[in-house]
Amino acid sequence: MMTTNRMFLIAFTVSLLAACGQKDAAEPDASDAGDASRLKVGFVYVTPISDAGWTHQHDLGRLQMEDSLGDQVETKYIENVPEGAEAERVIRQFAADGFDLVFTTSFGYMNPTIKVAEMFPDTTFEHATGYKSAANVGTYVARFYEGRYLSGIVAGKMTKSNVAGYVAAFPIPEVLRGINAFTLGMRSVNPDAEVKVIWTNSWFDPGREREAADVLITQGADIVTHHTDSTAAVQAAEEKGVYAIGYHSDMSRYGETAHLTAVTHHWGDFYTRRAQEVLDGSWSSQNVWGGIKEGMIRLAPLNDAVPADVAALVAEKEAAIRSGDLHPFSGPISNQDGEELVAPGTTMSDEDLQKMEWYVEGVQGKLPR
Amino acid sequence: MNDVLVGIILATLGAGTPLVFAALGELITEKSGVLNLGVEGMMLVGAVCGFAVAADTGSLWLGVVTAMTAGAFMALLFGVLTLTFQANQVAAGLALTIFGVGLSAYIGLEYTSVALTGLQAVHIPLLSSMPLIGPTIFSLDPLMYLSFVLLAAISYFLYRSKAGLLLRAIGESPRSAHSIGYPVIRIRYLAVLFGGGMAGLGGAYLALVYTPLWVEGMTAGRGWISLALVVFATWRPARVILGAYLFGGVTILQLHVQGLGIDLPAQLLSSLPYIATIVVLVLISRDINTIRLNSPASIGKTFHPGA
Repeated sequence: MMTTNRMFLIAFTVSLLAACGQKDAAEPDASDAGDASRLKVGFVYVTPISDAGWTHQHDLGRLQMEDSLGDQVETKYIENVPEGAEAERVIRQFAADGFDLVFTTSFGYMNPTIKVAEMFPDTTFEHATGYKSAANVGTYVARFYEGRYLSGIVAGKMTKSNVAGYVAAFPIPEVLRGINAFTLGMRSVNPDAEVKVIWTNSWFDPGREREAADVLITQGADIVTHHTDSTAAVQAAEEKGVYAIGYHSDMSRYGETAHLTAVTHHWGDFYTRRAQEVLDGSWSSQNVWGGIKEGMIRLAPLNDAVPADVAALVAEKEAAIRSGDLHPFSGPISNQDGEELVAPGTTMSDEDLQKMEWYVEGVQGKLPR
Repeated sequence: MNDVLVGIILATLGAGTPLVFAALGELITEKSGVLNLGVEGMMLVGAVCGFAVAADTGSLWLGVVTAMTAGAFMALLFGVLTLTFQANQVAAGLALTIFGVGLSAYIGLEYTSVALTGLQAVHIPLLSSMPLIGPTIFSLDPLMYLSFVLLAAISYFLYRSKAGLLLRAIGESPRSAHSIGYPVIRIRYLAVLFGGGMAGLGGAYLALVYTPLWVEGMTAGRGWISLALVVFATWRPARVILGAYLFGGVTILQLHVQGLGIDLPAQLLSSLPYIATIVVLVLISRDINTIRLNSPASIGKTFHPGA
């Protein structure tokens, strides 16, 4: 029965391919052995580099490192590597090809990185956003929430409907910190403000992100921001005539009037420093969490539509975060039920921040479990 | 409330339209007895070529035409493989998708940074100011209107015209059609090319109207959904459009449910459109008569005119 077979084939492929649809990553090329005295640095990227987004910022960091260290390093990257078994193969290939330092830049690379690191004790690994380390595996992540808090202040001052929309990928602590910090920042200047969240359950699906942004705008949001990888939310805002706040990269060229600012990531200084340490032999496994102070997080230039007094307020708060006088997660902070989880005068510890799994007051809807 | 309803309807139409184009094209291809699993690849190549031309020339319509041409060109490759060289259709179709994913990523390298203003909605005077139906029927973008016209044209062609009857006859029994002198291979070529052009149009809708931007792999499985829709619709054009809007509607509704803060697990909601598709596929497959009545009998089988 051709038709029956075909039904199965289609049902199977639909369920399988609808979600992923990724192409195979290339093998690291072993042929160009290069100069033996140079430090060989590998990068594993989860999406194509493209022109904006998470991976794009990591690649800018790689280029900055090449610029600063010049002939001392040679770098290679593999992009669009799916998390899981494929990642392990790519990471192992880097190690086997004699790379001295390998940056694995996505949360899902955590277990593969640890596994490969055990097999190659002489290779140094740096894993982004994870929580497992080893003698030859350091971890690094940025305090994205500091930028989120500042962008929330901009949103709180610019909104007229007092509703902001947030297109988010997965309900994990990193994303929740962003939503909560944004909401706290927004309500610090506008106590009536509320944040609506839509989960797309995908880091990268421009169509779905666009739909989610449209829905949020329909439901009254006049500012949208996103924690997903494409620029679709910013473009939706531009078209619908509302404001947007970008993420990862400065996305102003995707929405000249809509784009108020963006929370941008900067890895170049960190990459340069760690590579230099490996060259000097001074590298040691660390758990690096850098923010505004370390220059890992910045706000993109504010839109001209933002009044001078708001810009001044943002600059003031930014300076306070840099000096350590202001922490976005200082009490009092209540959850959605009005329960006070952080008492006045106290600040959440890094450990608690890393485990965050609740919404602050002001976020609408229930957190999916 | 009215605004929300209008928003839901418009978003549903938007989410469904690329599927309508691709699935109607595949329907014609399959009615001729050819199964082309390369829809995803043809959509992607259509999307990137359309986007590139629109970005370079500033003309969205030129982009749309280019997308259709590029989709048809991909389909031509498939046709040469399966119709001229008699390759296995399933294997060639899967290869076409894989090829299309890679080729579109390569062509699109320089265009990932480009921002375009998409096609704007056409507001029909007077009619578009009516409440509810004004904004949802009389102020849509031009490609949506085109999808309605194409649905009508394809329905007429298949069931009211002699050429449509011939196409269906070839899908049922290429041997009989061949023996009374019809050029089976040539007609199948035309059907395959039409399917490719429509898949390219679906890709153009995504890249030029819906998002509008180009990113690698942006169809995100919509080509596969279109293939499923053809079976879902038991090869009837009107049911294709219903299925596409149903799929789009479930996608949009789950987002609204989330935005309204209704307590349902988001992961489950996101998988609803896919679950719905699979459930309907299973239900339809159970009734063998529906399948037998509408499914082209020769689908997926290569035809050797000389044998």
